[in-house]
Amino acid sequence: MEKLQKVSGKVAALDRMNVDTDQIIPKQFLKRIERTGFGEFLFFDWKYNDDGTLNEDFELNQTRYADACILLTQENFGSGSSREHAPWAIREAGFRVILAPSFADIFYNNCFKNSILPIVLSKDRTDELFRLVLENEGYSLEVDLVEKSVTGEGISFSFEIDDFKRKVLLEGLDDISQTLELENSIEKYEKLFMNEREWVLPDERKNL
Amino acid sequence: MMAGKTLFDKIWESHLVHEEEGKPSLLYIDLHLVHEVTSPQAFEGLRITGREIRRPDLTFATMDHNVPTTDRSGPISDPISAKQIEALRQNCKDFEITLFGIRINSHSQGIVHVIGPELGLTKPGMTIVCGDSHTSTHGAFGALAFGIGTSEVEHVLATQCLRQNRPKVFEIRVEGERQYGVTAKDIILGIIGHIGTAGATGTVVEYRGEAIEALSMEERMTVCNMSIEGGARAGMIAPDQKTFEYVKDRRYAPKDGNYEKALEHWQTLRTDPDAVFDKSVTLDARKIAPQVSWGTNPGMVTDITSKVPDPGECEDSSKRKSMEQALEYMDLKANTPITDIHVDRVFIGSCTNSRMEDLLEVAKLVKGRKVADGVNAMVVPGSQLVKKKAEEMELHKIFTEAGFEWRESGCSMCLGMNPDILAPGERCASTSNRNFEGRQGKGGRTHLVSPIMAAAAAITGHFVDVRGWEMEKGV
Repeated sequence: MEKLQKVSGKVAALDRMNVDTDQIIPKQFLKRIERTGFGEFLFFDWKYNDDGTLNEDFELNQTRYADACILLTQENFGSGSSREHAPWAIREAGFRVILAPSFADIFYNNCFKNSILPIVLSKDRTDELFRLVLENEGYSLEVDLVEKSVTGEGISFSFEIDDFKRKVLLEGLDDISQTLELENSIEKYEKLFMNEREWVLPDERKNL
Repeated sequence: MMAGKTLFDKIWESHLVHEEEGKPSLLYIDLHLVHEVTSPQAFEGLRITGREIRRPDLTFATMDHNVPTTDRSGPISDPISAKQIEALRQNCKDFEITLFGIRINSHSQGIVHVIGPELGLTKPGMTIVCGDSHTSTHGAFGALAFGIGTSEVEHVLATQCLRQNRPKVFEIRVEGERQYGVTAKDIILGIIGHIGTAGATGTVVEYRGEAIEALSMEERMTVCNMSIEGGARAGMIAPDQKTFEYVKDRRYAPKDGNYEKALEHWQTLRTDPDAVFDKSVTLDARKIAPQVSWGTNPGMVTDITSKVPDPGECEDSSKRKSMEQALEYMDLKANTPITDIHVDRVFIGSCTNSRMEDLLEVAKLVKGRKVADGVNAMVVPGSQLVKKKAEEMELHKIFTEAGFEWRESGCSMCLGMNPDILAPGERCASTSNRNFEGRQGKGGRTHLVSPIMAAAAAITGHFVDVRGWEMEKGV
């Protein structure tokens, strides 16, 4: 996985609560069997009108947010479906950091598998950032994961993040290789559990 | 003295493979369910890295999201869906995984969260994952079951383990006896309306109390299914005699002496009396009315006797804005009585409400009645086994005589990945779990309700309080 240490760039403001993964990437785009090709469909149903033209009322279609790499949004971002297509689409559309007062659990976890940093903000901090972004066209921030800090014109603060999750992003760690290093523990567990809880194994001896 | 353990604690602790300071725990996974939409990239990852599946014997697959619910004897008309379905078939063949497909073992095909329990794969005390947020359904058996992303699917395929931080445990008690016409669906919608769509974020919920214990296994699945709509990772209910009876003799249930051994363990799966929850809330089942969602997330729900809420009365400005956006999308005016809302479509199905009891209750309600003019209504059974049983009982005749379409099993219009979708502007009474914008089709408007509430809306053409309806007893 690509490392994430510092991200600097424009912030796009999406002032909506409970943005669910069905909005982030609608179901008609989940049929691909590749990990790529989702970016152009990010927020598709909001981005385009029924006739395929760009919906000018959708916040993120404003030219001021072109090339933004930080997304600022509201509570419970990424709720609903577990589809990892959501972070794939976000990443491919150029975003590396998401700032919000809260995230849905599965989406939050999925971000760390895709080199995206989700940062939890207080409600006050969120309001302050929305004000700064909306009042200043081209507003940018520098997010430093090493220092756990966010800095921009008129604002500077540090954020909390689980140490292990931080390390995963900083070093671009591959989860599976790490777990496979614990092969002995897994084998030991399996031996023990096969003896004690053999009933877990699917038993198809009858009713076939 | 050490405090007692919750049901969650007991399952979590018995599945710990490895713990290390400052790192998430490594948890063993007893059952991994796979479907066509969230798995192809995981299998591809294994191929690229040359990794194998650690436990194909603990991995089971089905195709449900994409499959047509009309005649399946010919090829699938959508070439991209066909490709995804073919990819799952090939992956299961290459990696030696049991598949319940539309051509392979098709008599057991169905929605992944319907067939797991039905085949006896789902058992108390297990850890169960699937690349699908409604995996929480399996918690109805006193299992720890949760949805994961595709990277985690790959991780489980390769290691049979998952790295997880220990979640908090949230007790939701529902006391008292529910009224006639109030279903498990109304209980869970009532809970989500109460705690909000992110009310259980970061937690595993244990549902308890008299009204929960009184639920059948299928009703418990409906409740646990929608845990994720309240933000929870998982929902669970302690197993009891009903659970043990349900599991016994199913295809993959423990057989012979193994069942007794299992039972001995399953009986220990209860929260100790002195266990402490991180959070707790209590609801009174007697006060829960049939529920209808009015907005664009499952927390936006109200009683059938109520009105569409007025955003003007909401003090929180972000909430007000989100209510206004929801009403605009839903094309509803504040203060409209819920019973004045007319529907164009009715969908009875999904991993929330497509099991035998759901279909039986609907059949009792619609027998001898007719779907209103202008309403298009369909019943989509959760699995081929449900379909077969319903047909043996001739329920399909009751449905079709009343004017419902009777379909093949799959996720269907719950998320409309197959051709079953709403047209823009259409309004649907749906027994599914999500009323998100565009969920059932771009521009479609979804109202979440119970199966009998959906059936009653089909008959009258608008929402109606089913508590005043007589049910046919002869079905």
